[in-house]
Amino acid sequence: MIKLCDTIVKTEVLIVGGGVAGLQASIAAAENGAKVLVVEKANTLRSGAGAMGNDHFMCYIPHIHGDDIDLVMKEIGQTMEGFGNDWNLMRNMMQRSFELVQKWESYGITMRPTGEYVFEGHSIPGNQRYHLKFDGKNQKNALTNAAKKSGVEIMNKVMINEILQDDEGNVVGALGIRISGVEPEVIIFQAKVVMLATGETTRLYPGVNPAYLFNVNGCPANTGAFIMGYRLGAKIVNADLPYVHCGPKFFARSGKGTWIGVISDVKGKAVGPFIGKPSRELGDPTAEIWTSVFKDRLKDGTGPTYMNCTEVSDEDLEHMKRAFVSEGISGLTGFMEQYGIDLRKDMIEFGTYEYQLYFRGLEVDQCSMTNVKGLFAAGSLCGNLRGSVTNAAVMGQIAGENMAKMAKELKERTITHSHSVIQEKIKLYSQFLERRNGAVWKEVNATLQQIMNDYVGMNVRSETMFYAAYKYVTDLQRYAQEQLKAENSHELMRCLEVLDLLELAKVVILVSNNRKESRPPCHLRTDYTYTNPLLNDKFQTIWKDTNGIHMEFRKQIL
Amino acid sequence: MPPFIEKEKCINCTYCAEICPLDVIKVENGDVVVKYPEECWHCLACQVDCPAQAIVMRYPLSHMLLHLEICKETEMKLGD
Repeated sequence: MIKLCDTIVKTEVLIVGGGVAGLQASIAAAENGAKVLVVEKANTLRSGAGAMGNDHFMCYIPHIHGDDIDLVMKEIGQTMEGFGNDWNLMRNMMQRSFELVQKWESYGITMRPTGEYVFEGHSIPGNQRYHLKFDGKNQKNALTNAAKKSGVEIMNKVMINEILQDDEGNVVGALGIRISGVEPEVIIFQAKVVMLATGETTRLYPGVNPAYLFNVNGCPANTGAFIMGYRLGAKIVNADLPYVHCGPKFFARSGKGTWIGVISDVKGKAVGPFIGKPSRELGDPTAEIWTSVFKDRLKDGTGPTYMNCTEVSDEDLEHMKRAFVSEGISGLTGFMEQYGIDLRKDMIEFGTYEYQLYFRGLEVDQCSMTNVKGLFAAGSLCGNLRGSVTNAAVMGQIAGENMAKMAKELKERTITHSHSVIQEKIKLYSQFLERRNGAVWKEVNATLQQIMNDYVGMNVRSETMFYAAYKYVTDLQRYAQEQLKAENSHELMRCLEVLDLLELAKVVILVSNNRKESRPPCHLRTDYTYTNPLLNDKFQTIWKDTNGIHMEFRKQIL
Repeated sequence: MPPFIEKEKCINCTYCAEICPLDVIKVENGDVVVKYPEECWHCLACQVDCPAQAIVMRYPLSHMLLHLEICKETEMKLGD
């Protein structure tokens, strides 16, 4: 049997995930008087997609951008952050964004590397620029320190795998597994309110080099743990229209907006109409407007397609390399040094990456709460608000404020070890740990990726394909539960990540099938080739309750 | 893939094992070991944060940066 900690860890506000969103929420909740505990499966100092930094913070500064917030909304709508937003949330987020810039500055994060507010990259020529160029390389350190200073408790190396409710449906706590030692230990948490801040979903589809499961641009530790919320009845939104990123073809990295260069063909000629020469201010908007450019040009034979920095000035090249460090992608510089690649001479091939659920996930309201009372969410697991790191910061702040408020009004919960879900999970974990002759988690992850790629992917989608995929994933899920083995806490963690992915895959298949139209660029059906205008301003949600699984197209808030 | 720990420089503080976001580095019998090199994300946290600067990243061939010089010729010549 897996070890079970006797003591139940009690708090008021429990935050699952110590990335940017989780830490920001913890600071806000603690400053508003709540007792707060952040539980992180790695270490908040270097966990999550923001591990090594960010260099762009989308924000609205009235004295720079003017007072016309409608113009701000319109222009954001034209950028890569434009799709999948309830606009009331985006408006509120941008209105508070400058406040968070100033808070981050007070935590010791350099928001003005030049001393001035500078806006660069991710921009459409002719529009205002909203991406503040900052240096976030120490952001996790700064946020961790600010949290501790506010009285937040942090528990690292514990993976929360289930949120617990009482018989009335109130959130009462969570179940986690300590993974610091070889032998795992189950820990039960008691709380009044819980927040999921577990980030995006990677490893659902094959990556750039499928034999290497961790070669992904987002954080490969983030595998859709928000599905814990779905199990409680929380709505998932926009999971039918996945996201694709792009960057260096075989070395999956985020931060394409940090590159200063021209997206070019093999002869060094610009592929897009926006810039002819490298531009520090704009980057090259081609990849953001024509998101499938790299994949399309490979398919039609005009490719490959490159990031061409050969004409970048020395000053801009230094600026870019410094920004790689701020953005946390200096591994690229390390690679180029190790292999003798010179950006003055060499163009780097870029590729379109695999489908991810990045800002596809839980539906949140103005308080950053899900439809499950007492269950909050912020960051890249939100499905109805984009905003990258700004979402994590602002919605984290909003969630924290509201969680503290709610915690004040709620009585202390009670939970015991005899809770049926705890008993069920202990049995499952013990089976994985005790199995001698069993399946390794990678078998399951790799096979799931292949099924998703072939039947729910970029190539061909249809009802018969979705029908088959749902059956195959259900089989795989059953086999996984019956056969997986884990020799230690690390492998147990990986097994549970894969079980989350399996459950999430089924959700994706259901909503993809239910969208009976084609919607470029990522949902192209051979059985419904037209785009249905009646679905233009609608988001599809999915949730489950005692009556089963429900799907609904609801109006986008404009 | 992985971080390579230069044993002569390593002071066994285990900080790298504590902060790795992917739980790739573990402590075994008091020694720091890169236990899951194929799960490395190449974020460089260990290399940057090591107080003894004992870690170097090796960038694997699976993560190759495909590159070439601008093709200036009117007819492309493959090969050396």
